[in-house]
Amino acid sequence: MIKVFKMLIIKREVCGYCGACVSVCPEGALELVDAYLTVDPETCIECGICSRICPLGALEVKNAE
Amino acid sequence: MQSKYNVLIIGGGPGGAMAGKAVAEAGLSCCIIEKRPAIGAPVRCAEGVGQEISKLVDLDPKWISSKINGAQLVAPDGQVLELNPEMAGNEVGYVLDRKIFDRELVWKAANAGCDVFVKSRASSAIIKDGKVCGAIIETGGKTVEVFADIVIAADGVESKFARWCGIDTTVPMAEIETCVQYLMTDIDIDPGLNAFYLGREVAPEGYIWIFSKGKRTANVGIGISGKMCSEGKRPKDYLDAFIAEHLPNGKIIELMAGGVSACKPLECTVADGLIIVGDAARLSDPITGGGIINAMYTGKLAGSVAAECIAAGDCSKKALIKYDTEWRCSKMGKGLKRNYQVKEIFIKLKDEKLNSIVNSVNKLDMEIFDTKYLIRELVKYNPWLLKDIKTLRRLLD
Ligand SMILES: Cc1cc2nc3c(=O)[nH]c(=O)nc-3n(C[C@H](O)[C@H](O)[C@H](O)COP(=O)(O)OP(=O)(O)OC[C@H]3O[C@@H](n4cnc5c(N)ncnc54)[C@H](O)[C@@H]3O)c2cc1C
Ligand code: SF4
Ligand code: SF4
Repeated sequence: MIKVFKMLIIKREVCGYCGACVSVCPEGALELVDAYLTVDPETCIECGICSRICPLGALEVKNAE
Repeated sequence: MQSKYNVLIIGGGPGGAMAGKAVAEAGLSCCIIEKRPAIGAPVRCAEGVGQEISKLVDLDPKWISSKINGAQLVAPDGQVLELNPEMAGNEVGYVLDRKIFDRELVWKAANAGCDVFVKSRASSAIIKDGKVCGAIIETGGKTVEVFADIVIAADGVESKFARWCGIDTTVPMAEIETCVQYLMTDIDIDPGLNAFYLGREVAPEGYIWIFSKGKRTANVGIGISGKMCSEGKRPKDYLDAFIAEHLPNGKIIELMAGGVSACKPLECTVADGLIIVGDAARLSDPITGGGIINAMYTGKLAGSVAAECIAAGDCSKKALIKYDTEWRCSKMGKGLKRNYQVKEIFIKLKDEKLNSIVNSVNKLDMEIFDTKYLIRELVKYNPWLLKDIKTLRRLLD
């Protein structure tokens, strides 16, 4: 069986760097560095809460090979 | 940047600025670090404040986009309730220009003697024996350690600094209001009025606002509960639909997104060597989402408590708890507690009930222009509310 890995994708061209996602991340995996958002893949548990609440739809949890 | 200050302040919003000013005025060394390159920009706010802001700062006409002398509440079915001050024409609040306002508050702190560094970001906390002792700062491509007797976390909705100190600042998904706002021009509005649109179809568990920025210009925005947000039903989708219907010829000259917490404040807003203020402490109003004045008030209070504790040589949680106790007992603290419970009741109301509440009266002269007074008045016209909602009476006493 192939194990499916998930990862959080940040669409930089959609993101309005507002920080709403940072406030709801239960793991503290997101960080807003001035005008761009970063995710620490080691800390992120791909729960999808941030992508649910993003006002602009800039985040997506995707399957990765 | 010095390597040691009495007080280090993370964030240059209204909370951080007021804290910096208070500390500097007490004669202690302090520093505000702000990660953005410009204070106050981009604006992430609808910029509305009540008249009571003048108790915290002498208002300068430069900061004010619009003087507000009334409001409109628009029910899901389109019925309008007009809210007027008891003395018609009296100012009840302002729509600020935060690009200028935030910057001037930081100027005031700087003029009082507080250091300020922009494009400088705290990336973690320095903690020794369980006490917060400073922060690691990324500035101009360098990483530096800055120590302080007390750190004031004024880092807004993200609130990462307190998290690095071991305090859980996560906002529950249902309690983040996820927001989009346009600055619009060429629209027909009354420049002295702010309008609020309610309803499940308009803005589920939130509202749409039109806050006047002067002639034919306004902040037109929306906040909805994170719980109600999903692909195709994001705040931007609702706002675009609203604008297509109500303001089809307006021009959008600015877009911004944002998040406002509508949860309870943090359980405790101090720790050894740490004070948390404003949005970082989750102190925005759960009903209106307003947090400018609360950030200013708690920032100022934090600055003066920090100065006192440093002078007394005790920066432990036990000494700093004075700050936490004081804001909780203040008018603001009590208001936040009440409004959280009132919000819990009102978000459950069906559109039909909201329609009938707004329908019951089409004009209110408001002796006091706030949510408590408004709800009290609405209950007078809708006594069934008290029957339906047993807890409401106690909340309005
Ligand atoms: C869409 C929207 C509409 C709103 N409308 C209103 C309104 O009409 N009226 C009202 O009263 N309130 C409103 N608010 C709320 C209001 O904007 C906030 O309550 C207020 O700005 C809080 O002030 P603050 O000083 O706590 O935080 P902020 O003003 O958010 O300031 C925090 C600062 O800290 C900086 N920072 C964060 N992390 C770091 C770090 N690690 N290192 C260095 N700097 C850092 C940030 O860049 C930011 O400049 C609205 C909010 C939103 C999102
Ligand atoms: S909530 Fe969305 S728009 Fe805001 S910073 Fe996060 S990804 Fe960007
Ligand atoms: S998916 Fe979950 S853990 Fe990962 S960044 Fe988003 S909220 Fe945080």
